[in-house]
Amino acid sequence: MSSSDVARQLGAHHLSLSGHVGFDSLPDQLVNKSTCQGFCFNILCIGETGIGKSTLMDTLFNTNFENCESSHFEPQVKLRAQTYDLQESNVKLTLTVVNTVGFGDQMNKQDSYQPVVDYIDRQYETYLQEELKIKRSLHNYHDSRLHACLYFISPSGHSLKSLDLLTMKKLDSKVNIIPVIAKADTISKSELHKFKLKIMSELVSNGVQIYQFPLDDETVAKVNTTMNGHLPFAVVGSTEEMMVGNKMVKARQYPWGVVQVENESHCDFVKLREMLICVNMEDLREQTHTRHYELYRRCKLEEIGFRDTDPESKPVSLQQTYETKRTEFLGELQRREEEMRQLFVQRVKEKEAELKDAERGLQGRFEQLKQLHAEERGALEEKRRVLEEEQSSFSKRRAAAQLLQAKNLNANGKKDKDRKNSGFM
Amino acid sequence: MTSNTRYKSRALRSEDGREEKEYVGFATLPNQVHRKSVKKGFDFTLMVAGESGLGKSTLVNSLFLTDLHKDRKLLNAEERISQTVEITKHTVDIEEKGVKLKLTIVDTPGFGDAVNNTECWRPITDYIDQQFEQYFRDESGLNRKNIQDNRVHCCLYFIPPFGHGLRPVDIEFMKALQDKVNVVPLISKSDCLTPNEIRKLKDRVREEIDTFGIKVYQFPDCDSDEDEDARQKDRELKESTPFAVIGSNMVVETRGQKVRGRLYPWGIVEVENQSHCDFVKLRTMLIRTHMHDLKDITCDCHYENYRAHCIHTMTSKMNTDNRVESPIPILPLSTPDVETAKLIKMKDEELRRMQEMLQKMQQQMQHEQDL
Repeated sequence: MSSSDVARQLGAHHLSLSGHVGFDSLPDQLVNKSTCQGFCFNILCIGETGIGKSTLMDTLFNTNFENCESSHFEPQVKLRAQTYDLQESNVKLTLTVVNTVGFGDQMNKQDSYQPVVDYIDRQYETYLQEELKIKRSLHNYHDSRLHACLYFISPSGHSLKSLDLLTMKKLDSKVNIIPVIAKADTISKSELHKFKLKIMSELVSNGVQIYQFPLDDETVAKVNTTMNGHLPFAVVGSTEEMMVGNKMVKARQYPWGVVQVENESHCDFVKLREMLICVNMEDLREQTHTRHYELYRRCKLEEIGFRDTDPESKPVSLQQTYETKRTEFLGELQRREEEMRQLFVQRVKEKEAELKDAERGLQGRFEQLKQLHAEERGALEEKRRVLEEEQSSFSKRRAAAQLLQAKNLNANGKKDKDRKNSGFM
Repeated sequence: MTSNTRYKSRALRSEDGREEKEYVGFATLPNQVHRKSVKKGFDFTLMVAGESGLGKSTLVNSLFLTDLHKDRKLLNAEERISQTVEITKHTVDIEEKGVKLKLTIVDTPGFGDAVNNTECWRPITDYIDQQFEQYFRDESGLNRKNIQDNRVHCCLYFIPPFGHGLRPVDIEFMKALQDKVNVVPLISKSDCLTPNEIRKLKDRVREEIDTFGIKVYQFPDCDSDEDEDARQKDRELKESTPFAVIGSNMVVETRGQKVRGRLYPWGIVEVENQSHCDFVKLRTMLIRTHMHDLKDITCDCHYENYRAHCIHTMTSKMNTDNRVESPIPILPLSTPDVETAKLIKMKDEELRRMQEMLQKMQQQMQHEQDL
C-alpha cells in the first residue's frame, strides 16, 4: 500500500515540505547497503535428461558451470545443487543452481514430483527454524529458498506432457514457476504460436498458477505486460560462438542455417534473460518470501496447533499458545511415563507367577523321583539281605561239611593207627 | 525400376544373342516372376511406435506422399495422465507404374504418454501375436485360397532427440519386440541436432543397443557379385543407422524448386536433402531395396519362431492333459520324439549323478578302511 494509505491508517496527515530535507537519499542508502552485502538468487531447473538445462544456465549467466552429463538410467529423481559466486561491475551475486537428475526417465513417473517438493519444503523448513530460534542471525543467513523455477517443456509441438501437468500442479503454490519451451529450434514459427496457445490454455484450464510478471510498478508495467503475453518463452541455449556478419555471437550451426541465440526473431532467449535477471529478479525473491514462504509457514504452524485466535475468537499471542502447548506436552509425557511404569509392574508380576508355577512343577517332579528312588533302594536292600542270608547259611553248611570230613579223616587215621598199633602188640 | 530393366535385358540378350545349341529358355524366369507379382500386387504392414509429438504421422505422410491422418484428435495433457495404448490401423491402396501396393499403417497412440508406463508395450505385443495367431490358423485351415496377411513386417521406433541416448522405456520396448517384429530405430525430429550432435547420438545409441543386447533389424550383406558402387552404398547405409529423420507435410520453395521441407527464420530444412537428414536413406531402405527382405524375415524368422513356440506349448499341454483331440487338424510328428529325447537326457543325467555319488561313497569307505 502507498505511503498515504499508511499515513491515513495511523491517523497521520499529509504535510508538505518547505525545503529539501534529504531523506530522498534513503533508497540510495538501501542500495549501497545491499550492494555491500551482496545478493543471492536460487534457481531450480526441472526438465527431462538432456533437454538443455545446464546449457541454458551457461548461456544465461555467460559462464561455464561445468555440469557433467547425467545418464538416463537413474532409478529415482534426485536434485543436485551447486553454488557459484558471480560478479558484474560492482554487484556480487551468490547463485545457486539446482538441477533435477533423472526426471522423466523412469517407467513409473507417478512419484517423480515428490523429491522436488521435499527439497523445496526442506529449504523453507530450515528458514523457519532459523526464524523461530531465540538467538537468530537472519541478516547473515544464507537464504537457500528457491526463488524461481524454470520448467523445461519438451518441444513436441502438440501440448504439455502428462508428467509436466502433474508436476506443475504440485509446485505452483510452492515456488514461482516460469515455463520455458526448450530446444525451440525444432519448432517452426507457425507451429510455435499454436503450441504456446495450447500450453497456456491447458495450464489455465487445470488451474496451474504460473509466475506472472508484476504489473504494479509503472516503470516496468508496460514491458511486463507484453512479456506476459509471450509466455512460455521458447529458448535455445548454446555456448559455442560463431562469426555472423562481423561479430562473434552465440549460435548453433546447422547445414541449413545458423540459429543465433540472441536474435529475437530466432528465439525468446533475450526476453527470458531480461525478464528473469534484468527486470524481475528482486520481485521473484520478494514473491518467494511474502507469498510462498508465508503460505508454508502458516500451514506448518497450523499443523503443530498454533492459531492466531483461540476458540473464543480472541487474539492469542504466540507465547500463550506456546505455554499451553508446553504444559500439554509435559502432561502427556507424565501420563505416558505412568502408563509405562504400570505396564512394567504388571509384566513383572506375570513373569513372577509364571516362574513360581514352573518351580512348583519342578518340585513335584523331584519329589516323585525321590520316592521312586527310595522304593528301588528298598527293593535292592531286600535282595541284598536275602543274598546275605543265603550266603551265611551256605557258609555254615560248608563249615559243617568240612568239619565232618575232617572228623572222618581223623577217624580213619585213628583206626589205621589203632590197627597199626594193635598190630604191634 | 532398375531391377525391372535388368531382368528384361538379360532375357533379351539370350534371345537375340548367338544361337546356343543348349538354349532352354529358363533365363526368362525372373521376368515371369516379375509379371506375376505385378498382377498379384504387394502388401506391406508398417507399425510406427513412439511417444506423441515425435513426428510419426508426419514421417509416414512424407514417406508415402499421402495424407493418412486427415482428422485425428490429439488428447490433452490431463487426458493422457492415465491413458492406455491403443492400436489403430489405416489401410491405403497405392499404385506406381502399374505396381499395386496395399499399405497398412499400424499406429500406437498413447505409447509412453501416461505417467506410469510400466508394461505399456503389452497391447502392442499382444496385437502382433494376434496377427501371427490368425495367420497360423488360416495357414493350418482347409481352405487356404484367400489368406489375408496382416502380420506386421516392420516396426519403426522413434527415439526422441532431446536426450543423451536411449531411455529405459526405449530399451524395454525394443527388447519386448525384438523377437516378434523387425525393429528399425529412428532418431526423430533431427532438425534440432547439429551434424556433430547427430554423430554423437548415433554412436551412443549404437553402443547402447550393443550393451543391452537389443536385436534390431540388420541389413543383409550385399551379394558378392554386386558392383563396387552398390557395395559402397550398402556400407554407408549400415554405418548411418539409426537413421536421423525429419518429416514434413508442407511444401516450401527453395532455390527455385518446390520441395517438402520446414521453414525456419534461419533457413529451410529440406526433407529429401541427404546432407540435411537421412530421410532418403530410410525411404530407399524401407521401400526401394529392403521391403521384400523385411517381409521375408518376418515370414521365415519371427513367424516361424512363433509357430514353433505355439506348437510346443500346445503339445506339452496335451501331454500333461492327455487329450486326444487337438485344436489344429495337422499335428507335426516330430515333437513327441523331442519330448522323449528330453526325458532320456534327464534320466541319463540322473544316472550319471548317482554313479558319481556311489563312487564318492566307495572312496570314503576305502579311506576309512585304510585308517
